[in-house]
Amino acid sequence: MIFNIPFIAVTALVLIGLYTVIFRRNLIKMVIGITIIQSGVNLFLITLGYRENSVAPIFTSLPPGTIVPEGMSFPVPQALTLTSIVIGVAVLALMLSLIIHIYRHYGTLDSKEIGGNEE
Amino acid sequence: MSMLETLLGTFQTGSGFWNPIVWIIVAALVFLITYILRGFGNKKYKKGTEQVKSFLSGNPEYEKEKMHVKGSNLFWGFTESLKWIFDILHKMHTGNISDYVLWFVIVMAVLFLLVGLM
Amino acid sequence: MNIIDFLLQHSPALIVAIPLLGAFLTPLISRINNKARNIFVILILGLTTSIVFLLANDVFAGNIHTYVFGSQDLALPIVRILFEVDAMSAFMAIIGSILALVAVIYSWAFIKENTGLDKFYTLILLTTAGMFGMVLTGDMFNLFVFLEITSIASCALIAFWTNKGKSVEAGFKYIVISSIGALFLLFAIALLYGQYNALNIATLANAIQFSFLDKIALVLLIAAFAMKAGIVPMHMWLPDAYSKAPASVTIVLVGATQASLYGVFRVCFTLYGNTINLSPASIGWIIVLLGLITMLLGVAMALIQSDFKRLIAFSAVAEIGFMFLGIGAGLTVLGNAEMMAAIGIPAMSGGVFHIMNDALDIGLLFLVAGAIYYATRETSLDKLGGLARNMKYTTVFFIIGLFAVSGIPPMNGFASKLLIYESTFQLNPILSIVAILSSIMLLAVFVKVFHSVFLGPSLPKFKEVKEVPKSMLIAMGIIASIIIVFGLFPELIINNIVEPAVSALVNYGDYIREVIPTFTGGI
Repeated sequence: MIFNIPFIAVTALVLIGLYTVIFRRNLIKMVIGITIIQSGVNLFLITLGYRENSVAPIFTSLPPGTIVPEGMSFPVPQALTLTSIVIGVAVLALMLSLIIHIYRHYGTLDSKEIGGNEE
Repeated sequence: MSMLETLLGTFQTGSGFWNPIVWIIVAALVFLITYILRGFGNKKYKKGTEQVKSFLSGNPEYEKEKMHVKGSNLFWGFTESLKWIFDILHKMHTGNISDYVLWFVIVMAVLFLLVGLM
Repeated sequence: MNIIDFLLQHSPALIVAIPLLGAFLTPLISRINNKARNIFVILILGLTTSIVFLLANDVFAGNIHTYVFGSQDLALPIVRILFEVDAMSAFMAIIGSILALVAVIYSWAFIKENTGLDKFYTLILLTTAGMFGMVLTGDMFNLFVFLEITSIASCALIAFWTNKGKSVEAGFKYIVISSIGALFLLFAIALLYGQYNALNIATLANAIQFSFLDKIALVLLIAAFAMKAGIVPMHMWLPDAYSKAPASVTIVLVGATQASLYGVFRVCFTLYGNTINLSPASIGWIIVLLGLITMLLGVAMALIQSDFKRLIAFSAVAEIGFMFLGIGAGLTVLGNAEMMAAIGIPAMSGGVFHIMNDALDIGLLFLVAGAIYYATRETSLDKLGGLARNMKYTTVFFIIGLFAVSGIPPMNGFASKLLIYESTFQLNPILSIVAILSSIMLLAVFVKVFHSVFLGPSLPKFKEVKEVPKSMLIAMGIIASIIIVFGLFPELIINNIVEPAVSALVNYGDYIREVIPTFTGGI
């Protein structure tokens, strides 16, 4: 049961994020929601790479007595997570800069007022 | 097979065929026949009289600029009679980003039900 | 080794690397002057296009190209990124390269008066590089990375006219949709990785079991890619983005959207090709159903639009439905050799051929809409009128686009739609009835545009309107001439380009065997 806690946390984070994006009207809060989803997915990736009682997969600073490679957690998901975080930062910066422009044009951050008059 | 035959080849669609070159020749023939038939028309009309004016059920003719039918007036009858459908569609497109994400979640849920649980 | 062989061997890497390098050189070159920058960008894309054609020529002859970044030792798992190019990838790369090249030629005059053009061209090249990466890669995580590169670059392009509130808003919607879609894609990739300890598409396809987690991953992948491809009811970002972006950006976006469409087909046919028939609810029928809804709703919404570009965007949504219908019909009979030959192959040929036709037709119409905007600064159909008197060439191009998009012979749209109608009629008559109905409504939609923009008396406020500059006419002319050639010689195109792409999708075993020689599945 204890090993399922990360997966429960992942589900909770993704659902909370989706709830925020769908039901919050403030654009900044929606961006926060997307970031929460992203954290959930990243946590999922990291959890996949973990082995019981394993250490960080850094060859040069392994504690003495580590069995290679069974004693280390998987390095690949960590590489994937790093890439995903970098991409996430770029997307976050872009979204926030667009929000600045939107606020200048509309004077509000309410998503209903901004997009409400589409045909 | 020569290059020309490849180019002019009839394209088999499995249960039918389609040859654009033949289609163009037939279309050109039809145009030619129409043009010849048009030549038999009556050329005897008097210029500058009532005969060349357009007839709008007795209403006076407006200036040319005011006679242009605007884009949204076209297909008025069609859209008016199916107004209830277009009203629903119109309401679907709220332009609100939260609704777009909601639709994504709905589609995902339906697909889950169809693929995962069935 | 001569230079052609060298280029061919390294072409999968070069196709992505050259635009990427060009993108970061563009700001430097634009220090010299604007003309040098424009010529440089056109040269870069011209070079990429010629390499794409070189590679495609070899791939269509039946050779699948793989290109390994990292360890060449196949025994070690996931310490490499693999590019794998089969005929379907090459087909999509051709579409992308043509669209990008036309877009930069068109931009020369169209976007001349704007500032920040060095960034504009950098972003165009980045989007193109991402698009090529998406269709050429053989690695799931790499696919995600290129998808994000494409989304970020094209989002900045959509919001290029930051002085307009609507453009920025459309850009924001696009980035929210793309990032959520991409995150669920990453989630699905993680699910697959967690089970099979692999990221390579071929390795995954070899190992896949269609367990419960695989089903979840399949749903997430289809939903995320379908949203990025603009499938109803997840299409709503598409009209916003297409109609608010500059016309030369829209045509690149069409290519990016179709790269996502490629994602759906790659997942269904290759990744899950061996196990898709194990699903109790037929995935093929789900895709056909989505296609039908997309067609009907797209044309219905297009009919009531009063904005030129928004109207074309909704017809672009409808056109995507045709591709889903054609290729989904093929997916329903995958694994059944007899039905495949009778129904599947023609339906998928129609669907795949229509991908290219749609890119050209919709691209041409968007360029015409951009030309009208350039000449009159107006996109509302209610305010335009009588422009055929002032803009003769543009009118001719619009008529070609109108005929092509609504499937009127002898244009290219007819050939692909005929294939779809005939083959889906054998599957279920209702499918082809709906398809023909939407095609007729598409004609009605564009007749409305033709009447309200080009016909009618010449309006006083448009007395001074002149024909658009040469570069825009050249760009429209290139696409129009390709449309006419495709329309006149459909057999040539189907036999040489479309058939290899279709057989690459159907015979998914070849794709997998290129990496896993022991794989036995696939027809």
